[in-house]
Amino acid sequence: MRLTRQLKVTLALIGLASLLITAGAHAEPPLPDIPKGKGEQCVEPTPVMRKQHFEFILRHRDLTMHEGIRTKKYSLVECINCHVVPNEKGEYPRFGSDEHFCSSCHNYASVKIDCFQCHADKPESAYGKAKGKFNHALGGSNPHHFSNKAAGPLSKGDLELVSAENNSHE
Amino acid sequence: MSNENRIDTYRRKLLGGGAALVAGVTIAPGVILNTVAQAAKPGDRPLDRPVDDSVRWGLLVDANKCDGCEKCVTACHETHGVKSHGRPETDAQWIRVVKLRDRKTGYEQQLPVMCQHCKHPPCVDVCPTGASMKRADGIVLVDKHICIGCRYCMMACPYKARSFIHESLEGEQLPHAPRGKGTVESCTMCVYRVDNGQQPACVEACAAEHGEEGKALIFGDLKDPNSEISQQLKKYGGKQIRADLKLDTGVRYQGI
Repeated sequence: MRLTRQLKVTLALIGLASLLITAGAHAEPPLPDIPKGKGEQCVEPTPVMRKQHFEFILRHRDLTMHEGIRTKKYSLVECINCHVVPNEKGEYPRFGSDEHFCSSCHNYASVKIDCFQCHADKPESAYGKAKGKFNHALGGSNPHHFSNKAAGPLSKGDLELVSAENNSHE
Repeated sequence: MSNENRIDTYRRKLLGGGAALVAGVTIAPGVILNTVAQAAKPGDRPLDRPVDDSVRWGLLVDANKCDGCEKCVTACHETHGVKSHGRPETDAQWIRVVKLRDRKTGYEQQLPVMCQHCKHPPCVDVCPTGASMKRADGIVLVDKHICIGCRYCMMACPYKARSFIHESLEGEQLPHAPRGKGTVESCTMCVYRVDNGQQPACVEACAAEHGEEGKALIFGDLKDPNSEISQQLKKYGGKQIRADLKLDTGVRYQGI
């Protein structure tokens, strides 16, 4: 009888200890160190982008390839333009390094993507205009959601369009 | 929703233009006729609208004006990051300058040959995955996302226009010219430049080298009778290479 009680107490203590340990681990899980991109806000709210970014990119890929739709929102080139930023040495991190926006998280989550076997992993501005006379930048250095700043105040019509676009996700 | 809105603005612009036209007719009919006759240009389509078959992009090569300077080849390969890997047999080639020599007379001609952007492309017929495709505006492309690298299209193409990428190119690609090992590629008629209102790189390079009068390449809409290319074709005619195959190519040649 006494032995059973002692066993019960020991078991309860072990259980409590393990609970405390797991609780401690939950408080500070190891998170990927995601580089901060340009600008304040991505094209969709951050939780939406976290969960659905690839659905947007995949859909846009097919629209661009087959229908020639080349809007900048959801374009992979524009993702890279904002999100891949130079490190302290001023070099652009390559895909695969933890400093690269995409791989910082994909390495953490063990998700293998093959976008960058074909696509450039650096922003357009990293290439410079001098490299090839005919490599015209297509406005990439000015990512689309802040490129209108220089154009002066937005007209009422523009504002309507912009707000319609922001609501388009709902 | 955003698309619909943009299309509305596009329609409004069109309607606005139409109203101006009606007003203009009463004042100066001749002037207005000129505006009506304006040819379709690359970049006329708003970027959020799908391409349609109201245009068909084409190229006209004047072999009499081509001196074989290969500026078009350099410009194309620079624009798309196509580099030699030191093996000419397998190096990618989007455009090449072909020399023709008449054995009897010794008369020599040079002309660039690239994907001929057929209306009935054999490469599309044979593709087992649907990667080889023709866009509604007549540009023949490879959707490398679904290309499995079987190279049937390379066999089927009578113009030897397609190349296969044998080497890993990771980190060498340019932002607007994604290319990768194991896929087939060819001239895209600079599709992203055309969509963004520019001329193909080869055409731009040719005009930059030889001037408006001496340029050997003209790009434009074959369906628009008022475009420069259609006017030229109407005036001087144009031949298709291997016209006997009845592929109705989008690239036409003069002087061959």
